[in-house]
Order: sequence, then C-alpha cells, then structure tokens
Amino acid sequence: MPGILGKKLGMTNIYNDAGDSTPVTAIQAGPCPIVAIKTKEKDGYTAIQIGYGKKSKKGVNKPETGHFAKAGIEPTRVLKEFRNVDISDYKVGDNVTVEILKVGDKVDVVGKSKGKGFQGVIKRHGFSGVGGRTHGQGDRERAPGSIGQSSDPSRVLKGMKMGGRTGGKQITSPKLKVIKILPEENVVFVKGAVPGAINSIVEINK
Amino acid sequence: MDKLKELAGTIERDDFPKFKAGDRIRVQVRVIEGDKERLQSYEGDVISIKGTGATKTFTVRKISSGVGVERIFPYNTPRIAKIDLLKEGKVRRAKLYYLRNLSGKAARIKDKNLR
Repeated sequence: MPGILGKKLGMTNIYNDAGDSTPVTAIQAGPCPIVAIKTKEKDGYTAIQIGYGKKSKKGVNKPETGHFAKAGIEPTRVLKEFRNVDISDYKVGDNVTVEILKVGDKVDVVGKSKGKGFQGVIKRHGFSGVGGRTHGQGDRERAPGSIGQSSDPSRVLKGMKMGGRTGGKQITSPKLKVIKILPEENVVFVKGAVPGAINSIVEINK
Repeated sequence: MDKLKELAGTIERDDFPKFKAGDRIRVQVRVIEGDKERLQSYEGDVISIKGTGATKTFTVRKISSGVGVERIFPYNTPRIAKIDLLKEGKVRRAKLYYLRNLSGKAARIKDKNLR
C-alpha cells in the first residue's frame, strides 16, 4: 500500500541511545479497512479505497450506508483512494496497518492546516511591511505597499498578493523521517511538525 | 498528553533532587570523547524551569571567568548522570532573568536556610 490514514495525536520528543533529542509528531495511523476496489472495467480506473475513523449512525446518509454495507464494514469518518496500485494483492475487508511503514522511511504527510481567519500580507505572504514607527508613517508598519503601476495598465494584476483568508487548506509536509513505530498501538512517530490541529485527520504517503 | 509520553517511551527522570528557581545545583553531564565517557560538572544557579513532561527544560546560569554563561538542559535527557542540590535560594519569582542585568554582589541569591 502506498499510504495510510491517521489522526494527529500531538508532539513530543524522543531521545536516541546517544542522548540526542528529536522532535516528533505522534500519529494514530490505521487500522484502515479496504472499503472498495475500483477496477478498470467497472470504474474506468484502478484504485484502492480505504477508510479511517468512526462515524455515528446519524451521520451516515443512504448512499454511504449502502456503500459500507456492500463491503461489510462499519461506516468510517473519511475515505481515501490510492491510484496506481496493483489491485490484485488486496481484497475488500482487509486492514491496512502501520506495518506498511518501516523506521527510517521518508513519508509525505498531508493534512489540513489550522484556519487563521482573515490575515494581512505579513502573516499570509511573508511581506516585511512598509514603514517605520516614526516620521509620520506609524500606520504603515504592516501595510502591503504599492500594488501596481499607474494609468497603464490602470488595473491591479491578477494574482496580486493581498490579505485574506489564511490557513485551513491542504498542506503537504514532505519527506518526514519515520522515527518510531508501535504496531500494537497503531502509532507512528515522524520527525518534525505535521499540518493541522490535534485530532485532525492526516494522510501518510510513502 | 500523558498517553503521548507513554507511547514515546520517554523515561521520566525521578532520580534528581527537587530543585527550584534560585537553587544552586551541580549537573554531572556525560561527555563522550572518542570511545571514552567521562563526567563533566556544571555548577550554577537555576534561573528558569520551563515546560512539563518530556519537553521540560531548566536553565543554569554561572559566572565563568567574569562572563555570564547559561546552559539549558532537557530535564529527561539521558546525558545527565546526576544532579546535586548545593544550596536552596530564597527568591520571589519563578524566572530569574533579572540576574542577567546584575553583576557582582547584587547578583547573589539569598540562602533560604539562613536565619
């Protein structure tokens, strides 16, 4: 399997034998049941669909009920498909666990970053602001500066970096090293930070 | 967060004497030179204890040949062999950063057990 779904548990640090400390994020990953297998003949593409998490009965609509009933699996909170997999090795109902990962692997972790609301250009795009505090420009400290030219072109160019809604979008933390795996607890520790709040769903891609 | 600590396999150090900000301690640090290991001691005043659990740290300040030196130790690191509590200090705050601006006699900390 090329990946697994999980839940961010939080950050801590781990000491190795030499006493060096490594910052790590703990992720509760799997077990993820295979809910469906998409085939070329039926769906036009091949993919493995896995689920993760629990969902209350109330939250499951009719099409979902049918989808999960077909697989004989309790409804899960999220579903995720992995394409370009050799589907012959898998069957519906199997569990994907953290055993697909090894210590030392480099993984990409995908999650939804924390929403920050409407933010200015300094936080949002890393601008450095315009003026100083004195000489009559105290209100320009965090300003974006000029946003364009004059009568030619007489408009603001598309894609101009400005303030706006920040965060709350999909972010990939690439090439995080797997530091530790606890197969019986279904927990994996990756080096460094992972996008999103604690208890948010993340995706680990090999 | 306790669950996390358990999972990470952090061993909480409970073999240290209880020390607070203002106390004078001696930290025995394991130093590896080549293939030999020896202990290096670092003696000074605790000016700050920060964090909880696996990521707890403390700062020790000393004056070394006229220059202030501060060293931050992770509380749970296996590199610390031993901590000796030398003197309990009488201080009114948890972070003694004001000591950085003082020197000589003014930078002393009163002994708690002194009558």
